[in-house]
Amino acid sequence: MASQNSDDSSASILVKNPTIKFTKLFINGEFVDSISGKTFETIDPRTGEVIAKIAEGDKEDVDLAVKAARQAFDHGTWPRLPGSERGRIMMKFADLIEENAEELAALETIDGGKLFSMNKAMDIPQAASSLRYYAGAADKIHGEVLKMSRELHGYTLQEPIGVVGHIIPWNFPSIMFSLKVSPALAAGCTMVVKPAEQTPLTALFYAHLAKLAGIPNGVLNVVSGLGSTAGSAISSHMDIDAVSFTGSTEVGRKILQAAAASNLKVVSLELGGKSPLIIFDDADVDMAADLALFGILYNKGEICVASSRVYVQEGIYEELVKKLVEKAKAWVVGDPFDPKVQQGPQVDKKQFEKILSYIEHGKREGATLLTGGKPLGEKGYFIEPTIFAEVKEEMLITKDEIFGPVMALAKFKTIEEAIKRANNTRYGLAAGIVTKDLNVANTVSRSIRAGTIWINCYFAFDNDIPFGGYKMSGFGKDFGLEALHKYLQVKSVVTPLYNTPWL
Amino acid sequence: MASRRMCSLLSHSLTSPTSSAALFSRGRNIASPSRGISKYSTAAAIENPVDPPFEVKHTQLLINGQFVDAASGKSFPTLDPRTGDVIAHVAEGDAEDINRAVAAARKAFDEGPWPKMTAYERQRIVLRFADLIEKHNDELAALETWDSGKPYEQSAKVEVPMLTRLMRYYAGWADKIHGLTVPADGPYHVQTLHEPIGVVGQVTPWNFPLLMFAWKVGPALACGNTIVLKTAEQTPLSALFAANLLHEAGLPPGVLNVISGFGPTAGAPLASHMDVDKFAFTGSTKTGQVVHELASRSNLKPVTMELGGKSPFIVCEDADIDKAVELAHSALFFNQGQCCCAGSRTFVHERVYDEFVEKSKARALKRAVGDPFLKGIEQGPQVSNAQFEKILEYIKSGIESGATLESGGERLGNKGYYIKPTVFSNVKDDMLIAKDEIFGPVQSIFKYKDLDEVIRRANATLFGLAAGVFTENLDTANTLTRALRVGTVWVNCYNIFDAAIPVGGYKMSGHGREKGIYSLENYLQVKAVVTPLKNPAWL
Repeated sequence: MASQNSDDSSASILVKNPTIKFTKLFINGEFVDSISGKTFETIDPRTGEVIAKIAEGDKEDVDLAVKAARQAFDHGTWPRLPGSERGRIMMKFADLIEENAEELAALETIDGGKLFSMNKAMDIPQAASSLRYYAGAADKIHGEVLKMSRELHGYTLQEPIGVVGHIIPWNFPSIMFSLKVSPALAAGCTMVVKPAEQTPLTALFYAHLAKLAGIPNGVLNVVSGLGSTAGSAISSHMDIDAVSFTGSTEVGRKILQAAAASNLKVVSLELGGKSPLIIFDDADVDMAADLALFGILYNKGEICVASSRVYVQEGIYEELVKKLVEKAKAWVVGDPFDPKVQQGPQVDKKQFEKILSYIEHGKREGATLLTGGKPLGEKGYFIEPTIFAEVKEEMLITKDEIFGPVMALAKFKTIEEAIKRANNTRYGLAAGIVTKDLNVANTVSRSIRAGTIWINCYFAFDNDIPFGGYKMSGFGKDFGLEALHKYLQVKSVVTPLYNTPWL
Repeated sequence: MASRRMCSLLSHSLTSPTSSAALFSRGRNIASPSRGISKYSTAAAIENPVDPPFEVKHTQLLINGQFVDAASGKSFPTLDPRTGDVIAHVAEGDAEDINRAVAAARKAFDEGPWPKMTAYERQRIVLRFADLIEKHNDELAALETWDSGKPYEQSAKVEVPMLTRLMRYYAGWADKIHGLTVPADGPYHVQTLHEPIGVVGQVTPWNFPLLMFAWKVGPALACGNTIVLKTAEQTPLSALFAANLLHEAGLPPGVLNVISGFGPTAGAPLASHMDVDKFAFTGSTKTGQVVHELASRSNLKPVTMELGGKSPFIVCEDADIDKAVELAHSALFFNQGQCCCAGSRTFVHERVYDEFVEKSKARALKRAVGDPFLKGIEQGPQVSNAQFEKILEYIKSGIESGATLESGGERLGNKGYYIKPTVFSNVKDDMLIAKDEIFGPVQSIFKYKDLDEVIRRANATLFGLAAGVFTENLDTANTLTRALRVGTVWVNCYNIFDAAIPVGGYKMSGHGREKGIYSLENYLQVKAVVTPLKNPAWL
């Protein structure tokens, strides 16, 4: 694998050092310090250096934010506006994001180590596009008029669920922010967002843009802070009606417990994965190798749907492995601002060390290390694209979500075997199938217990495609109109009819 | 504001005696309108019409993204209904122009790029169009008023903003058009694709030229179709202006073609064209029958039709009379009575009948009629001389058949097509004015005794477009709602035309529904895709 050092004297130096404008909590339309006055440091993973000190929200700050959101929901305009007017404001919000795309992309890069070019071309436009999608849905929320078996008139109202807590991860700070906030806004909810402590910068910037767009005070509050304090306060809050979380399975379980122990709030969880990519003998080897590699290396492997288990049918196994290794070696790791770079640093020291420890585990467990396996450079949290072959089902690197650029590769013989091994996991987030055979594609699609199946593609996300897990990958969907319904609840209204001409 | 309901005019009138003031004071400040104008405006104001602050820019046909003359070189005059004077000469499309437009639409559909673009891209173009309409709001409104005679304040504050609102609504649908995966009785994988239907022919009427443009073009574009639109010969101007903005917003050539012309020479070749996959028409029931026949005789293209009406407005005995009078008044007189949904049969319970008639007459006498460009005007001229003459004929027939003329009954002034707000009481069900759609400012008030009777009489019509019900009683409201054989029932309101509310007729008022999610069905084909499953994990 090649490494690339960036040229700091280039003209883009300003882009690479965006001024940090927002470091405080956003509560009831104002940026405020935390009540305790405490702050935490957010780190540049390229260097390990401090970017800024961010207000550290705690239970008291969450209480304030919930109070503002509660007031905005119970007495404010937002849920009482026509959906079309909420949509107009959200459209404006999307336009403002696009206008600030360059700056947001840079913030995302320094805070999360994500590729600047990708942030600009994909993450930030996607944040705008999700807002537009749900803006267009805000005036299309239909209940139903029901078929009664007696002389009754019955109908359903789809009502906003109330105050929502969103706890979002650090791997796609912008996309996740928009993915959670947009449908909740469209539904007429008010909310408290807790961004990950690793990547608080863009969420605070979005709060500023939301205000500019005309989202009323209290509707959208952002409390930066730690999971154990701020996150926990959200999930156990008695005045929050629903909580939506994306992150690890471990934390997801804590959130569900806190919700159960407090007010039984509605919970949706998008958690970990160990998604299989199954490549059949009839696949185009080149295309399959590209998909497999992209599936694990995209966003440095820090993506819940990463194709971290690759199963290859025996007929093309050797050829595919050869190509995979070639391509992995040509993969460029380095400064995420460099347009030639394909992979930046892992998000923080903790992740970096965790990934390296899994790699050591893989070696000890007896998997064959085909390429990579080491950190890269002296500074920052860079790791070589790593491929383990001949992995066994019981190995830790086959079972656990590593969340880094580490592929577990195995050979299979029959379609039945592939299905069985693919399903042999506690997760069920996504799966990929590479084949030209229609019957194989259809059979495997229905057999795999996962929330998304990509056939001859991977990471094909879209605003209209519901996304979420089976099994311990969570429940509830993001994206699509399904996500809108997470933030609505159904009220049935019934009244007698007299002398009706039909029923 | 873009999302204002079309008839906030009407709902506001319930709470404010000087009804139009509430509407017109929003947005830009047009100062105190109707207060100063009581009764009919003076003849002098009608004799000396205001010069419209606007110049007509587009008079040619719009084919394949270009403004072009008619193949024949012919043109026709479009007239100012305030005076009968010519506003502009407009290219007159006929069969040859329709052929050219259909060929352009065919190419844009079959070769793209429109149906091949992502829904997000289509959405962005339509959203940009909405922004452009907003920018040109007053120009479009002036054009609409000049060509059709409707009050400028209604055009500028209600109708053009509603056009913007509708286009944004449909933009939002573009990326949410869902097929289904379908259960099968055996090992099959079944899905439905909702595909654009192809080249769509559309004919719009003259009473709401821009709103009808939105009802037709909005869903067809959202679904990925291409269009040939023929506008009404009375009001060709605003659609050309709007279509030009749509191209400025990035619409590819050939996707929307606009042909001005007449029904028999341009509408008929479009309805019977073998390369048009779908037809949509709003207009009279009589023309609807012709259109349907042409479609069936040519290529059996599916047709949606929104046709005439003779909609009942039922005032129950428990009604608040003042509110009921105001609502029934606007239900009929809105837009010079030129609404297919007009509440043209006002049924009033006998216990409140006399008071209701007295107050309706007083309200009609107060209606501000005059040059539609003036502030505070509630009613302008009828759209054309033909309509004007037809309405006066019906009024004559009402008088001759023995109905009591309470107010109006004649033209206003000596110039243009103004008619005094006319109220008839003691109207009987078998009179011509009780049966025919008059499409003018003529209110007919009927007396009834009980609910069963009024249901029977309200339904005794060939039409079934809409109905109004005015009561505080929940059970009465529910009973009437289900019993009336119409496509829309307004309970304690009227003419509420939100983007998401479907509109369409029962019986001879038409087929299909426009607006709302239902309108998408008109412009989509459903393709079922079935393939066997080998060894499926579940069924």
